[in-house]
Amino acid sequence: MHASYDSKIEGNVIFTRVDAAINWMRKNSLWPMPMGLACCAIELMATASSRFDISRFGAEVMRFSPRQSDVMIVAGTVTYKMALAVKRVWDQMPDPKWCIAMGACASSGGMYRSYAVLQGIDKLLPVDVYISGCPPRPEALIEGLMKLQAKIDGEESTRDLKTTASEASH
Amino acid sequence: MTALQDAAQETAAKVVAKFSSSTSHEFRGEYSVTVKLDELRAVMEFCRNELKLNFLIDVSSVDNMGEEPRFMMVYELAKVDDSVHLRIKAAVSEEQADGAEVPSVCDLWATADWHEREVYDMMGIRFSGHPDLRRILMWEGYPYHPLRKEFPLAGKPSEMPDVAFTGEAPLADGPFVTSSGASSRVQGEPRAR
Repeated sequence: MHASYDSKIEGNVIFTRVDAAINWMRKNSLWPMPMGLACCAIELMATASSRFDISRFGAEVMRFSPRQSDVMIVAGTVTYKMALAVKRVWDQMPDPKWCIAMGACASSGGMYRSYAVLQGIDKLLPVDVYISGCPPRPEALIEGLMKLQAKIDGEESTRDLKTTASEASH
Repeated sequence: MTALQDAAQETAAKVVAKFSSSTSHEFRGEYSVTVKLDELRAVMEFCRNELKLNFLIDVSSVDNMGEEPRFMMVYELAKVDDSVHLRIKAAVSEEQADGAEVPSVCDLWATADWHEREVYDMMGIRFSGHPDLRRILMWEGYPYHPLRKEFPLAGKPSEMPDVAFTGEAPLADGPFVTSSGASSRVQGEPRAR
């Protein structure tokens, strides 16, 4: 028998790339920062509830502390009065972080072509996924989340490490 | 005539009898009494203390731009048991609005505090004797009064570092205005006007 053979771990070893392993962990434990600002927040809550159950996608841990969250779900109308507060919460989230603009208002200002409403949160934050709807159905939010998961899966998560290493070697 | 209309008519008549320069106007069973601005405070004290209208439903203002006087203050008064409803109006010129010549009624109805702050914020009418006349919806330092007629629907750019900023909303050939009485849906709800 080969010296390194261990019957206890046979079948339990998987070969993969570091990028893929990190992405797999990240995309399946997205902790949302629920930025509920209007009626979209009701649909966000419905998505978290048992009927739609966002925990099937690993995103049920709504964190009301930005320091513990990975994805900010901007759900609702962002007024100019609220805009810098949203930006401040976003700035407090640690990297890596993603942003979902949920619904028409967060994506573009929606029906509020108004002096009081920011015309899309993408004027302040980098948005990864836009979800249409007013408000979107929970299924739409879940699809948006799956789109974000697919995006995370394609990311080169060790790029920063590689850059740092190559800079150090020069 | 319902009992509510009778009570409103009677109350309006009492105000007109006491203040001879005021006029009463009826529309669909609702009574509005228009008073002069320098009598407004006395009228409101009369309504509160003599007529026992102990419920201030709303304070609002109207911008009749192009007319003189430009603004109109509107007070909706009632009793808590809903037995009387009376509307008091007073015309306010632009100079009077800027010069805080509209008397506050905060001491008569505590709810007037926030209502008057909203009127100040949105329309720029200042009140004399208000305990804390700050903006209530927009932030302190916002330079405009958005419900004035000369203020564009799209808004204007402004900047308050670390507090808030505003921009101009893209109206994209809007606003979408429906017109009643049009012969077809296409004419009644045009893409733009």
